[in-house]
Amino acid sequence: MAAPFSWIKPEPHGIYIEPADCWVDPSRAVDRALVTHGHADHARGGHGQTVATPATLAIMDLRYNTREGATAVGYGETIRLKGGVDATYIPAGHVLGSAQILLEHAGERVIVTGDYKRRADPTCPPFEVTACDIFITEATFGLPVFCHPPIEEEMTKLLDRLAAHPDRCVLVGAYALGKAQRVIAELRAAGHNQPIYLHGAMEKMCRLYEEHGVDMGELRLVMDYSKEDIRGHIVVCPPSALNDRWSRRLPDPITAMASGWMRVRQRARQRNVELPLVISDHADWGELTRTIKEVDAQENWITHGREDALLRWCQLHQRRARALALVGYEDEDD
Amino acid sequence: MEEFAALIDALVYTRSRNEKLRLIAEYLRLTPDPDRGWALAALSDGLDFPAVKSSTIRNLLMDRVDPVLWTLSRDFVGDTAETASLLWPAPDTPPAPPSVSEAVELLTVMNRKSVVAELSKLLDRLDSSGRYALLKLATGGMRIGVSSRLAKTAFAQAFEVAVDDVEEYWHGLAPPYAELFAWAAEGDAPPDIENLPTFRPFMLAHPLEETVVDLADYAAEWKWDGIRVQLVRAGGETRLFSRSGDDISATFPEFLDILPVNAVVDGELLVRGNTQGGEAGGAASFNALQQRLGRKTVSNKMLKDYPAFIRLYDVLLLEGEDMRPRPWSERRGQLEALASRLPDSHFDISSVVEATDFEHLSQIREGSRDDAIEGLMLKRRDSPYIAGRRVGYWYKWKRDPLLVDCVLMYAQRGSGKRSSFFSDYTFGCWDGDPDLGADLLPVGKAYSGFTDADLKKLDRHVRSNTVNRFGPVRETDKSLVFEVAFDSVHESKRHKSGLAMRFPRIHRIRWDKPPHEADRIETLRTLIAG
Repeated sequence: MAAPFSWIKPEPHGIYIEPADCWVDPSRAVDRALVTHGHADHARGGHGQTVATPATLAIMDLRYNTREGATAVGYGETIRLKGGVDATYIPAGHVLGSAQILLEHAGERVIVTGDYKRRADPTCPPFEVTACDIFITEATFGLPVFCHPPIEEEMTKLLDRLAAHPDRCVLVGAYALGKAQRVIAELRAAGHNQPIYLHGAMEKMCRLYEEHGVDMGELRLVMDYSKEDIRGHIVVCPPSALNDRWSRRLPDPITAMASGWMRVRQRARQRNVELPLVISDHADWGELTRTIKEVDAQENWITHGREDALLRWCQLHQRRARALALVGYEDEDD
Repeated sequence: MEEFAALIDALVYTRSRNEKLRLIAEYLRLTPDPDRGWALAALSDGLDFPAVKSSTIRNLLMDRVDPVLWTLSRDFVGDTAETASLLWPAPDTPPAPPSVSEAVELLTVMNRKSVVAELSKLLDRLDSSGRYALLKLATGGMRIGVSSRLAKTAFAQAFEVAVDDVEEYWHGLAPPYAELFAWAAEGDAPPDIENLPTFRPFMLAHPLEETVVDLADYAAEWKWDGIRVQLVRAGGETRLFSRSGDDISATFPEFLDILPVNAVVDGELLVRGNTQGGEAGGAASFNALQQRLGRKTVSNKMLKDYPAFIRLYDVLLLEGEDMRPRPWSERRGQLEALASRLPDSHFDISSVVEATDFEHLSQIREGSRDDAIEGLMLKRRDSPYIAGRRVGYWYKWKRDPLLVDCVLMYAQRGSGKRSSFFSDYTFGCWDGDPDLGADLLPVGKAYSGFTDADLKKLDRHVRSNTVNRFGPVRETDKSLVFEVAFDSVHESKRHKSGLAMRFPRIHRIRWDKPPHEADRIETLRTLIAG
């Protein structure tokens, strides 16, 4: 019999499942890929076959314009891969369609979380704690300084600033997939009923969210309206557009950014952000450590992010852990 | 403390100078004494609590947080106070923040033994923003993009008083500046600083440019190439101040027991040599003076090898009398009389350059072979001594090459010999009056004109004053002035300023010059060739 867990191999370009000849979130094109969620650093185009949730496949289709070789697996559903490997997709609470993937083979259970968070998110079902032997967790915000405040507080900050400057607008930089739609949905939940203006690059993804049942109220494209129309309103754009020439068409924008990095003042200053909104779709330090405790796996494998600190925490709490050196995961904008 | 913490946070995220002024002014108006005085001190010169150092905070945190986790966090965040404010465990009890003055009182009485317990108690009373503000206040330098001058300008704006008056009184007062607030906010009599050896703001000159003056109205002096200083004796004490008002007495102890009467004199600090102003009794180049600058203690050898003296320009106060309202010609007479009572070894007087008319003066200026002399100063004979730069009174008439004072804005690492050093500098001039909120606009880039020793200092400056990174480019806090020499300046669409310099090089690094005194775009524009 093979050594325990020898069927699952962390490689620089992704997690390789040997008996199924299949990769999880590979960072380059492969024959067979299991994809946790639609962010570009996890979902690359050009795979021979792609297995993901229907929403993730829709997102990939929007981005890469291809559905060939796509297999949809709903939450809670299991797909049998070759070599006797079962893959079950479980909500990860990160963005629309995001899933943890539970891999089972020879009585051994391994979970690959992809990215996840434990906070409520109106755009996707919450993370489900699932028992396993090996828990492969992300660590984007794996430092004890990261503690994301309740999102209601950040919404209040945003709406208060908007109300204080009726002649200006608040320009919110937010990751185009997930963060932007979550911010809009949370603004609606906070009772903000005004139209929200979008950068052109946001439009298709917002429509896709609407098609998947996320209500975002009235959305308007900046390009269709004048400076005067936008005064006193919220505008959402990708982070890259915040200090771009594009924003000159806006009425004296107050620059905001929705990101977990905004917790650190210098990070906000580096981005020229006047109104930092600490909103993340990743688990903060407290969520990461709580999740490791609750899942209570025999072993924790830590992927992209500040794995040193999480590794140290596991050591301090007598939990077995190792860091995986995966390449190609980017998290600067989240 | 909540209001102060909110102010600090707002200032951190505000880039507009006008908005920063507004925020500080509003705080100063709405906050009671003595809280606002302590806050003003923290924002301007900084407060010092001997028991609370960066290392104190680190040790305090390492007791509560695993040292490895602390170190990883500190490296990522890049600021000890901020890391500590984020990592401090939230107490079970709701916050009961102290007032700023209560915090200052508590910090003042802490000593090396009590600091661990007492600072912890204080931190337990605050939320994350409050902890950040407290630790910043406790450890001095805020580094939040607020200069001392900006804080004073905000104070002046808050109470509609002249910032020059604030500067005049400032150096004679100590935090929490009760007399200053009583005067500005309550209309009380101004603070009495007559018997204190305090710095008085300098009178500054405008570039002459195309102006032609009548020598019947203006006297000419050489513009000496040293550093502008002010020597003050009052209340039994003598102090030497640099152009920015820093007390440099300890660096030049030879002047501390030398004025026979109470006085405030203005002059150029030079080192004996034969470059500036002839062989006998002349001065060495600026480089020789640099050997003496910035030292905390001075050896006898230094004093002997680089004997400093002051070439007197003006007298501000003399034996209890304020000479500043009097015309220059009268002050000059008083200065000459005073100079005759001072030892030649340490003083001479900046002589008046005699010329029959302006044309003659222009010939003298061009004919001067003395490279180290920067040019001429023209002083209106009836001008009072007024703090700052007032049009029409004093002019500086610099020699070729063209020189402007620019502010360092961005730096990039060099290559080859200079790889890993920040050696490529982009600098800018003010697009209007910096004290009214003008911005800096880049006007050029230079890679040369400094020594390797300068380069090391500049590199350190860039690394420790970075406010922003754009890939390989560092944006600095715009606190350093370069005197930039260049051959000509032309219109250019490449830069936002609309100007491009030909062959710009760093002529001198003005570590002593406050950035708001750098030149304006409009000054540079008047130098456009053809």
